[in-house]
Amino acid sequence: MAGVQVSDVSRSFGAHKALDDVSIDFADGGFYALLGPSGSGKTTLLRQIAGFDFPDSGRITIGGESVERVPVEKRRIGMVFQNYALFPNMSVADNVAFGLSVRGEVKAVIATEVQRALDLVQLGKLGGRRPHQLSGGQRQRVALARAIVTKPRVLLLDEPLGALDKALRVDMQIELKRIQREIGITTIFVTHDQEEALTMSDRIGILRDGRLVQEGPPEEIYDRPKTEFAATFLGDANIFRGDTTGNGIRLADGTAIAAGAGATLAAGGKASCAVRPERIRIATDAGAPDGNANMLKGQVSKRIFAGNNSTYFVERGGQTLKVIVQNTGMERLAEGQDVVLRWSPESTVLIAAG
Amino acid sequence: MATTRILEWLGRIYIWLLLAFLYLPIIIMALMSFNVSPFYQLPFEWTTEWYASLWQNDQLIAATWNSVEIAVIATIICTVLGSAASLALYRYEFRGKKFLQALLFPPIAIPWLITGTAMLIFFFRVGIGRGLHAILLGHVALALPYVIVVVSARLQTFAPELEEAARSLGANQWQVTRRVTLPWIMPGVIAGGLFAFAVSFDQFVVSYFLATPGQTTLPVEIYAAIRKGFTPEINAVSTIIIVVSMALMLLTARFFKFGGEK
Repeated sequence: MAGVQVSDVSRSFGAHKALDDVSIDFADGGFYALLGPSGSGKTTLLRQIAGFDFPDSGRITIGGESVERVPVEKRRIGMVFQNYALFPNMSVADNVAFGLSVRGEVKAVIATEVQRALDLVQLGKLGGRRPHQLSGGQRQRVALARAIVTKPRVLLLDEPLGALDKALRVDMQIELKRIQREIGITTIFVTHDQEEALTMSDRIGILRDGRLVQEGPPEEIYDRPKTEFAATFLGDANIFRGDTTGNGIRLADGTAIAAGAGATLAAGGKASCAVRPERIRIATDAGAPDGNANMLKGQVSKRIFAGNNSTYFVERGGQTLKVIVQNTGMERLAEGQDVVLRWSPESTVLIAAG
Repeated sequence: MATTRILEWLGRIYIWLLLAFLYLPIIIMALMSFNVSPFYQLPFEWTTEWYASLWQNDQLIAATWNSVEIAVIATIICTVLGSAASLALYRYEFRGKKFLQALLFPPIAIPWLITGTAMLIFFFRVGIGRGLHAILLGHVALALPYVIVVVSARLQTFAPELEEAARSLGANQWQVTRRVTLPWIMPGVIAGGLFAFAVSFDQFVVSYFLATPGQTTLPVEIYAAIRKGFTPEINAVSTIIIVVSMALMLLTARFFKFGGEK
C-alpha cells in the first residue's frame, strides 16, 4: 500500500489542455473520488496515475517513488475499467490469475491467491465460468478480484459502476467500500455521479476543465463550497449574486443576505452566496421576526412531490429558487401562493466572484 | 397461412438449386474419376485405374507437391507478416498510415494477368528470374493483402481496454500480444491463412508466367495436360484435392467460429 502524490501535473492534447497544473495528495489507505462532468479531465488524471499516459510536466509519486515516466506494467497498480475489460478467451479463474501468471508466480500459489480473491468478492464457486456467462454485477466483481489479487499499491477505478442499474449500483457501492476497508488499499475512484462520490469516499476532488476546483472531505465540500461550480455540481444550491458587504452580499434590489460561512471578503467587490435547498424554511406568513435570519418573499410557481419530500420552485425577483421540504404531513403549499423564505446565515456560504 | 407455406417451399427449392449448381459439377467429376470410360461414357463402371495411373504420373505428382509446398510456405509467411502488419496498423499512429492502408487494396483489384506480367518483367530485371522461388515470392505478394484485410477487420472488433487491462496487471508487450490480442484475432488469422492458401494453391496466371518448364505448379500442369489431351487422371487428382481441402475447411469451421464469440 502506498499514498499517491500528484504535483503540478499538466497534460495537453493538441491545443486542448486536458489537465492544467493539478496537485492532489492521496493519503495512504484512503478512498478518494475524482468527480467532474465529462471532459473535466478526471479520466485523464486517472490515466496519468495508472501510467497509460505520461504528463507533459509535473510529478507523480506512488509510495514516495517517482513514477511519472514509468510505464503502467511496472507501476504495480490495480485498475477496474468502466466496461470491466475481462478477457473473453479465459475463464473467470484465469482472468483473476492473469496478473500473477505474467509475473511467473508458481501454480500452487496462483491457485490459492485466486481462490482467496474470488472468495473476497463472493464469487468463490464461479471460477470455471466464462465472462459472458456472468451478470453485470458478477463481471464487476471479477474485474475487482483481478485488480486486487496482485496486491497492487493503488486501486484505480474508472466509473466502475456506470454500467450497472440503480439497485445493483447501490449494492456494489457498499460491497466495494467493504472490500476496500478489508484490504486497506489506497483507492482512487473516477465518477460523474455526485451521490456515489458523497456516499463512498473519504475525500472528493472536483475537477472542471482540467483544473482542480476543490478538494476535501465530502461534508466540507458540501457545506462550504469554494466556487459556484462546486456548490452546484456537488448537490443542489441556490446562488445569489451581488455586491460584497464583508460578511454577506447586497442584491441589486437592496436586499441584504448575511453569510456565516465561507470566505471573508473585503467590502466593495462582487460575490455570491450559496444556500442548499433543504436549509430554507418556507412559510405562508411573515410571522414574528426571527433574529438575524435571512428572509425573502416570493411566489410558489411549481411543486414536485417525491414521496419523502417536496421540491418547491419559488419565483423571486426574476430568479427561481429551490426549496426542499421534508414530508412531515403538514399542510402543503399550492402553486401561485405567496410565501416567505427564511434561512440562517450559518447555512449561507459566501463565495468570491469567479 | 398458405402463402407463407408456398414461400417456404420456394425458399427451400431455391437453396437446393443453389447447392446443386455449386456441387453437381464437382460430384460428376468425382464420379467420373472412378469411371472406366475416359470419355464420360455411361453406364458407369467402377475402377480405380485412374488413381493408379495418377500414381505413375511423376510430373503431375511433382507439380502437386510443388503447389502444396508453395501454398504452405506462402500461407505461413503471409499469416505471420500479415498479422504483424495488422497489429502495427492497429496499434500505432505514424505518418502516411492512411496512405499505406489505402495502398493495400489495389493489388486485390488489379487483374492477376497484369500483376503476373509486371512481376515477370520486374523479377527478370532485378535478377530473381523465374522458378519456384519466384512463384513463391509472387504468391506471398498476392496473398498478403488478403491476410491484412481479414485480420484488420477482426481487430476492429477488439476492445483496446483488454490490452490496457493486461498491461495494468503487469504484462509486457509480448505477453499482452500472445495471451490477450492473438487469441482474440485468431479466427481472423485462420481465415486470412485460408485465403492465402487458396490464393496460392489456386493461382494459375502468376504461376504460369513465373514457372520454368519442368518445374511448375499443379494448376499450370493441369492446363498443360489438358492442352495435350484430357485424361481422367486430372479428375482423380482434382477429387483428391477437393476431399482434402473440404476436410480442412470443415475442421477449421469446427474449431473456430468465424463470426467470433458473442
